[in-house]
Amino acid sequence: MWTWFHQLASPPTFYRFADVLAPWLLGLAALLIGVGVYGGLFLAPPDYQQGDAFRIIYVHVPAAALSLSIYTLMAVAGGIALIWRMKLAEVAVVAAAPVGASFTALALLTGMLWGKPTWGAYWVWDARLTSELVLLFLYAGVIGLNQAYADPRAGARACAWLALVGVINVPIVHFSVTWWNSLHQGASILSVDGIRNPKISGDMLWPLLVSLGGFYLFFGAVWLRRMQNEVLWRERNARWAQQTVAA
Amino acid sequence: MSAASAVFRRELLLAARRPAEWAQPLVFYAIVALLFPLGIEAHDPALKVFAPAIVWVGALLAALLGVERIFRGDLEDGTLEQLLLADAPAPLLVAAKLGAHWLLTALPLVVAAPFLGIALGLEPLAVKVLTLSLLLGTPTLMFTGGFAAALTVGAQRAGILLPILVLPLMTPAVIFGGGAVRAAASGLSFDAPLYFLGALLALTVTLLPFATAGALRNAIE
Repeated sequence: MWTWFHQLASPPTFYRFADVLAPWLLGLAALLIGVGVYGGLFLAPPDYQQGDAFRIIYVHVPAAALSLSIYTLMAVAGGIALIWRMKLAEVAVVAAAPVGASFTALALLTGMLWGKPTWGAYWVWDARLTSELVLLFLYAGVIGLNQAYADPRAGARACAWLALVGVINVPIVHFSVTWWNSLHQGASILSVDGIRNPKISGDMLWPLLVSLGGFYLFFGAVWLRRMQNEVLWRERNARWAQQTVAA
Repeated sequence: MSAASAVFRRELLLAARRPAEWAQPLVFYAIVALLFPLGIEAHDPALKVFAPAIVWVGALLAALLGVERIFRGDLEDGTLEQLLLADAPAPLLVAAKLGAHWLLTALPLVVAAPFLGIALGLEPLAVKVLTLSLLLGTPTLMFTGGFAAALTVGAQRAGILLPILVLPLMTPAVIFGGGAVRAAASGLSFDAPLYFLGALLALTVTLLPFATAGALRNAIE
């Protein structure tokens, strides 16, 4: 197990491994997102208060969950990159940032579209919304920092430090609805109480969970592909990379 | 410890020879704060409402002004390398350097803040809370700024990157700092936001020097 894990950290092995895994992830993600979105848009009953407007959760919730998960992931990978100086972990940090930024922007955008009919405003300076916006800026910082360095390894490690320090914002976003009197509703699924007795009806919940799984798999596929690209670019002078591109 | 105090004294000595470096943020602060009454009508009562935000954001911008230079000169003349090679723990030296920088560029802002607060029409109690909140908050700003400066000092194309890195990390200080002054101005209890500022201060002053030293090591490699 451990030898396999160590081998995986070598760029050519990782490249081939990702090549096999990514299409499966992508196919499964398409299936799950398709089923989840169909279930959410057509099978789930309309909400008794929000009507059909609530259906945006089938995109909004997965995007928001991913925006937090990806940043946490970047911090973990950043820690690994700094402690063990693992090249692949550096690549993982750098490759995840633009994807995370996109999901954060998607979560903000879908939230705004939902907020207009439901709250009556696209934007309020609420704790959840503001901290999510700060998260977007943190992602922007990581992306900008990476591009500012001429040496990709030094850039990735600087990004790792920023990811580690910025991860303090993740629990703030998650618990902002509990700590402050927030206009944003509390957690319906991801809470200790919510798992025991869900606050959301079953025929609305299952498409959400399916869609959530699909989004995570989709991120996995995109992340692997981006990592492959980054690895290939960094190793562009190595023979295996040139053979891979030529093949 | 003697290495830390040597770094501290070196910073003060360098600053004493270049007074413009610590005087500039102060002048900048005064100008920013006094532009607001010119921007809106001079006797507008809204000025008093916005005063906490004006004074806090002004201090933040002024503190940002010199941050970019904290490590730049040291990197260029090789001092930074010596600091990291030294026997003393690097985070301690970094903390001494940032502490000296705070004393030079941020403490004058804290001293100037009550005058600006009065000029913007804050009540005496709110002015007191404002000064206290800045006293607690400016080291947080300085240490966060130092961390971002360490991240960008090795970057070839840093440009406008520094503010983009610093501002998201500084939002909690502004929220609680402005919040404390706002609470005091409207006669509410201002203990909680001040405690939060104190907690942020403890967190940043103890933990960020480690991250800053790590980022500096990365920059000189």
